[in-house]
Amino acid sequence: MNSFFSNLWSANAELVITIVKIVLLLFIVLTVNAYLTWFERKVVAHMQSRWGPYRVGPHGLLQPLADGVKFLFKEDPTPAGVDKFVYYLAPLLALALALTGIALIPFGPDPIRLFGHDIYLGIAPPDVNIGILALFAITAMGVYGVTLAGWSSNNKYSLLGGLRSSAQMISYELAMTMSVVGVLLMAGSFNLKKIIEAQAHHPEWGILGWNIWPQILGFFCFFVAAIAETNRAPFDLPEAESELVAGFHTEYASFKFAMFFIAEYTSMITVSCLCSIMFFGGWLSPFPASWRFAHYLPSAILIAFGLWVIWDGIRYETIFGRIILPGAGTVIAGLGAVFVLFPNVNEFIQGPFWLLSKILVFLFVYVWMRGTLPRFRYDQLMAFGWKLLLPLSIVNVIATSFIILAKMTWGTK
Amino acid sequence: MTPQLVVFFVLAALAVIGAVSLILQKHPIHSALSLIVVMVALAGLYLLLGAEFVAAVQIIVYGGAIMVLFVFVIMLLNAGVEEHTSISKMAGAPGLLLVVALAGLIAATIARSTASIQSTPQTGQMASTFGISNMIFKEFVYPFELTSFLILVAVLGATVLAQREKS
Repeated sequence: MNSFFSNLWSANAELVITIVKIVLLLFIVLTVNAYLTWFERKVVAHMQSRWGPYRVGPHGLLQPLADGVKFLFKEDPTPAGVDKFVYYLAPLLALALALTGIALIPFGPDPIRLFGHDIYLGIAPPDVNIGILALFAITAMGVYGVTLAGWSSNNKYSLLGGLRSSAQMISYELAMTMSVVGVLLMAGSFNLKKIIEAQAHHPEWGILGWNIWPQILGFFCFFVAAIAETNRAPFDLPEAESELVAGFHTEYASFKFAMFFIAEYTSMITVSCLCSIMFFGGWLSPFPASWRFAHYLPSAILIAFGLWVIWDGIRYETIFGRIILPGAGTVIAGLGAVFVLFPNVNEFIQGPFWLLSKILVFLFVYVWMRGTLPRFRYDQLMAFGWKLLLPLSIVNVIATSFIILAKMTWGTK
Repeated sequence: MTPQLVVFFVLAALAVIGAVSLILQKHPIHSALSLIVVMVALAGLYLLLGAEFVAAVQIIVYGGAIMVLFVFVIMLLNAGVEEHTSISKMAGAPGLLLVVALAGLIAATIARSTASIQSTPQTGQMASTFGISNMIFKEFVYPFELTSFLILVAVLGATVLAQREKS
C-alpha cells in the first residue's frame, strides 16, 4: 500500500469502517426483511392448514425475490389531489426512521480486531449513553410516516387510518416507555450494553439472572405496547383491511408501498432486539457460565439443521430443489463444523448466536399472534392501553423502586 | 472549520429555515412539519453541546408526543388552507420596527460576547442523567413538583371540559 492510501486510511479509518458497517447492516436487514415475509406467510399458512408460498423456488424460498421484482416493476400512479410533498415524504420518513433504529442495537459483546481497529458488531459505538432513549426518540418520530401518509393521500379511508395510528401510538407510547423504567432502574443506565451486563451479575444463574423474572410485568406491558407501536396484528387498526381497505397505504403502490412494508418489518426486528436485550439477557447464554459444553450448542444446532435440510432436499419434488436445498444444507452444516474446529471463532459467535436466536423467537411470536388473535375493536384498544397497560406499568415502576430501595437499605452487599 | 462547527451551522440553518417556513406555509400540516424540523434541529444542537439526555427527551416529548397531538388535531378537524388577509398598516409599521429592534439586539449580543462558537461549553457531567436527576430531585425539587401540579390541574381541567353533560 503506498503512503497516500495509508495516510488516507489512518485518517478516516473510523469513517470507512462505519460506512462499510452501514452498507453491510443495510444489506442484512433488507434480506432478513424479505425472508421475514416468507417466514410469516409460511407460518400463518401452516397455522391455517395451508401450504403457503410453494411455487417460486424450493419451499417458496425465492418468493421474496419475486415479490421484490414485482414491487419494482409495478406501475406507480400518484392519485389526484394528493399533497405531493408530504405524499412522497411519508414512506421515506417511515423507512429512514425504522432503519435508523436498528443502527443503535449492539449485536455482540466483543469487537473483532481487523487492520488494527476494534470493530464492534452494531453501528453505534457501544458507549452511547442514551441508547434506549435514542431508540424511543426514533420510534416516537416513526409515527409521522403512517400519519402523514394517511393524511396526504386525499382519501377518507387513509385519513381514518392515519388518525387511528396517531391516536394509538400516543396511547401506547406512554405504557411502552413506563414499562422499561423497571429495567433501567435495575441496570442504572440507558446504555443497552450495560443493561445486558447488569443481567450477568451472577454468571452461574444463567437464565435465572435475566430481567424477565423480576420484570415479568414490565415485559408484558412492553411487548404488548410494542406490538401496538409497530401496528401489527392484533393492533393493526390503522390498516384494517376489512374496514379501511388498507388504511394509510391504500393510495400507495409499487415501491412506495414496499417502503412501508420494509419499515414495518424493520421495526418488528428492532422491537424483537429490544425485548431480547432488555428482558432476556441479550447476548447472554441461558446456561450457567461453567457449562462449557453449552458453547458447542450453536454448532450442534447448525449441523443438525444443515443435515435435515440435506435430507429434506434430496427427496424434493423438483430437480432445482434437489440441487439447491442440499447445497444450502451443506453450507449450514459446514458453518457449524467451522465453529467446532476453530475455538476462537466459536467463542466469538456465542453472543451473536444467542441474541439472534432470541430475536428469531420473538419474530415467531409476532407471527404467531397475528395468526391467532383477532383484531381489537377501537374502544377496546383504547381501554386496554389506558386502563390496563399504563396502570400496570406504573405499578411495576413503583414496586421495582421500592424493592431496590429496600435492598439498598437493608440488603447485604 | 472543525466538523462540530459545520454540524452546528447546518443544524442552526435548519432550525431557522424551519421556523421561517412555519410562519410562511399556507397549510397547517406543513406548518406543523416545519415545527418538527425546528424541534429535531434543536435536539441536534443539544447533542452537540454534550447534553444527550436533553436531546433525546426533546425529540421524545416535543418532536414525538406533542407534535403528534398537533398533527392529530389538525387532521381530526380537517383544517384546510389558511385564509390570508392583507397585512394591516397598523400592524405593519410597528412590526417592522420591532423586527429591526430585535435583530439589532441579537446582533449586539453576538458582537459583544467574547466566547467564540468553537469553544462551545461541553456541559458534560451536569447534563448527564445523573446530573439532571440530582438537580430535579434535590436542588429544584419544589419548583419541579409545583410544575407537575400545574400540569395535573391542566389535565383535570381538560377532563372536565371534555366530559359530556349528563342528560
